Amino acid sequence: MEVIRSQKRTVSNDIVSTPTLPLYLTAPPMEVRLEEFELFAIDRLRVLKGVSDGLARGRNPNEMDDLVDTLWKEHMRLPDVSEMINKDIISHFVLRLVYCRSDELKKWFLSMETALFRHRFRIKKIEEQRAIVGEFGLPYKAVIGAELESLKERLVLVARSLCQTSSDVENIYYKVPFEEVPDLVATRRVLLQKGYAFVAGSQLVSLVVTQFRSHLSKALILTNRKWTTTIREREKDRLTPIVEALSTSYLGPDYTQSSEYADISLKDIDQVSKSSFPLCMRHLFEKLREDHHLKHGGRMQLGLFLKGVGLKLDDALAFWREEFTKKVGSERFDKEYAYAIRHNYGKEGKRTDYTPYACSKIITSAPGAGDHHGCPYRHFSEDNLKAALSRMGLSSRGMEDVMDKVRNRHYQLACTLTFEAVYGTSCDTGINHPNQYFEESQKILKSKNPTAPV
Amino acid sequence: MTREEIDNNGDDMMIDDPNPKIENEFNVHYLRIYYGNLFPYSDIHKWLSYGHDGKHPGCDEYYFGRREFSFTLENDVYLRYKSFKNASAMEDAIKSNFPYKIDIGAVYSVDPDKRHAYAHSGTNLFTPVERELVFDIDITDYDDVRYCCSGADVCTKCWPLMTVAIKVIDTSLREDFGFKYILWVFSGRRGVHCWVCDAKARRLTNEQRSAVAEYFRVYKGNENNAKKVDLMGHSLHPFLARSYVDFLKNFFEGELQTNQSIFSSKEKYEKILGMITDEDIQSDLRGKWENSARSSLSEEATSLLRWEQLKKTLQSKKNKAPSLRTCIEEIVFTFTYPRIDLEVSKQMNHLLKAPFCVHPKTGRVCVPIDPNNCDEFDPLAVPTLSQLIEEINAGGLSMDVDDDSDKSLLGKSIKYFRSSFLEPLLKSCKEEIESSYKTKIGKSKDTFSW
Repeated sequence: MEVIRSQKRTVSNDIVSTPTLPLYLTAPPMEVRLEEFELFAIDRLRVLKGVSDGLARGRNPNEMDDLVDTLWKEHMRLPDVSEMINKDIISHFVLRLVYCRSDELKKWFLSMETALFRHRFRIKKIEEQRAIVGEFGLPYKAVIGAELESLKERLVLVARSLCQTSSDVENIYYKVPFEEVPDLVATRRVLLQKGYAFVAGSQLVSLVVTQFRSHLSKALILTNRKWTTTIREREKDRLTPIVEALSTSYLGPDYTQSSEYADISLKDIDQVSKSSFPLCMRHLFEKLREDHHLKHGGRMQLGLFLKGVGLKLDDALAFWREEFTKKVGSERFDKEYAYAIRHNYGKEGKRTDYTPYACSKIITSAPGAGDHHGCPYRHFSEDNLKAALSRMGLSSRGMEDVMDKVRNRHYQLACTLTFEAVYGTSCDTGINHPNQYFEESQKILKSKNPTAPV
Repeated sequence: MTREEIDNNGDDMMIDDPNPKIENEFNVHYLRIYYGNLFPYSDIHKWLSYGHDGKHPGCDEYYFGRREFSFTLENDVYLRYKSFKNASAMEDAIKSNFPYKIDIGAVYSVDPDKRHAYAHSGTNLFTPVERELVFDIDITDYDDVRYCCSGADVCTKCWPLMTVAIKVIDTSLREDFGFKYILWVFSGRRGVHCWVCDAKARRLTNEQRSAVAEYFRVYKGNENNAKKVDLMGHSLHPFLARSYVDFLKNFFEGELQTNQSIFSSKEKYEKILGMITDEDIQSDLRGKWENSARSSLSEEATSLLRWEQLKKTLQSKKNKAPSLRTCIEEIVFTFTYPRIDLEVSKQMNHLLKAPFCVHPKTGRVCVPIDPNNCDEFDPLAVPTLSQLIEEINAGGLSMDVDDDSDKSLLGKSIKYFRSSFLEPLLKSCKEEIESSYKTKIGKSKDTFSW
């Protein structure tokens, strides 16, 4: 790609033959106007931010399809189809430059671009989808004849296990090494035999998305290398300032550094846990006080939350020590647990200052035997959840609304409703991070009673 | 870790004492003898070299040296990122440290010892490149469904849970995933580890490992939910169906009932009634069972009878609600289906205890388990350090672990390790090294003889 100053751009002939969903495998030979360089990137960034927002709010796949469709039309549409494709490609490659420059930026960009691709792919017709699979050069053959016959019975079982009726059972299956469709394997949505997965035509998304993600991940590493060795210096008067400005202020707060509202001290912690903690953290806190112990998942989830809330390292060590020594003794605490706490604060090992978990991460965690972490709206039985909610002070009417959200798997909306019921106020942005819940709660309580400790 | 002091009258040369006072299962003196004479250094080295023994031009002579080991020493001192150039370096290190525990980590891109030299800002050049696919099953994760023991204890009544777990997972690893070189190892006290050593398995990414672990995951329980297994859908996935039909159903209705009598008391059966989502059916069965509480049948017979009643009731009412259709299977799965520790499997850099280590709390050796004969395995009959030492003292024979006719306690395990696991694995590794070398040099020559 060449960035130029002229008014008119010459369009490469290659563009016309590109399908409507580009794979961004290589930067096509074309010229880009300087203004477009920045503007196109900003528009795409609006789309990616919208995707990020949707995922954080726990939107289900169908809702994400609609959201992506809306966002794309709003920010990326142009009257001419080939112009639209140009904008798509140019904006993607510009953002690669912007987001290749650190591990955190790469991770965010990779997740959002993959999600964007996934949902744009999902709404394509099946013939278009197959064409895209072909574009990737994936060597998968359809299963036919005797082999298909021998698998039919079990393929039907798989479809039925996913609540698909017999009429939904498809005609075309692809034989694919299981490594290439990890998400289908993880959810047992495919038949496996001797290392191969039998992927239905309608499941192509999974295959393609894995390829897309893997390719983009490698590309970002190469882009970073090029950026640091040549481009940044060469473009320091032209493109570099634009690139460097584009990445700031587009990521939501991550609560690594706690804000002014949060600076809790140990003596207030019990009271604060009852007044301002979201249900997930309250549960962990109560269990810790009760059992004088938490398993690893719980220690991470609660520990990082407390860090985000403003608990200093020394106070944190004292807090955990106070509880754990009741069960395991002081020597064992120092040997087995203190290190991990310092590690969370970035004082050991590779010194990463770990980020408190957002709701999306907590909801997708997998609490097992003896665990208390996770999202109560997701992981508790109805009875246990209702009991917990009533301890938070919800009326039976309020509880019904919350349970309704839970049954529809809108866990974050359920938590938001709980917040609104407890504090008697509405929360328009929705809860998508436990520390956000805490900060909003503290704001409200302090505004009602500025001097009293909350 | 609690440690008991052993009184050996200040006699360090126990091996020469004709009437040794073997008082405890584990102590540092026994450990020294074990690592001095019995630990199979060269077998472990051969295994972890995966054919890179330097005899073929296609070998990577630095492969073994890039493997991370960790030692846990006597005072809970923990040494990570240890690596060894070759077998004798490993042997020397173990014999100078006598670690209480040895863990095996991943093969890294560079020698773990030299990782700091490669620390870069932004990009991390010290990364894992190969690691066996591993699983860890611990019987304490089944505490809510075993009534004979809890916590660290294990007995012949609950160990069969491990046996059935091995069968289900082993079958699936071979049939569904196509893996062939699988090593099952006793963890020394209350569980089993599984090492999948195929080249394909060693190269899996974290995401792929996570996928395999999630494929195996069924039980989603803790004390916060009553129903720990939710088998949605109109039928079971073929993997679950096969596990149910081939292993779980018979185990539940047979050995489990005999050993655990899961319906015989109110406390026990309430737990199961809680898994039935229909209140009417619950009260119906509860009523029947409360009334029959004082029958003259044995615990086991009562339990079996109630299971039959439950099945019959659910069968007749299954069309009442979709969730009832899989209720019977859900109950069976809750009690019998394997519960693996997901975190162990998901990350390449996770360390796992080495086979043939000795468990500090029991003194038992972490011996391999033959999945084809796992019914015969008895965790309480596994050789302990003191038994091994006694054997040395009694026999007076020279312990020769390289002798195939060695009939000693440990010799059997080592022989199994070699013939059933190591030999087939190394054969396939060498074939792979040879074929990828040939491809590399693009010539068609006669094969190199070993």
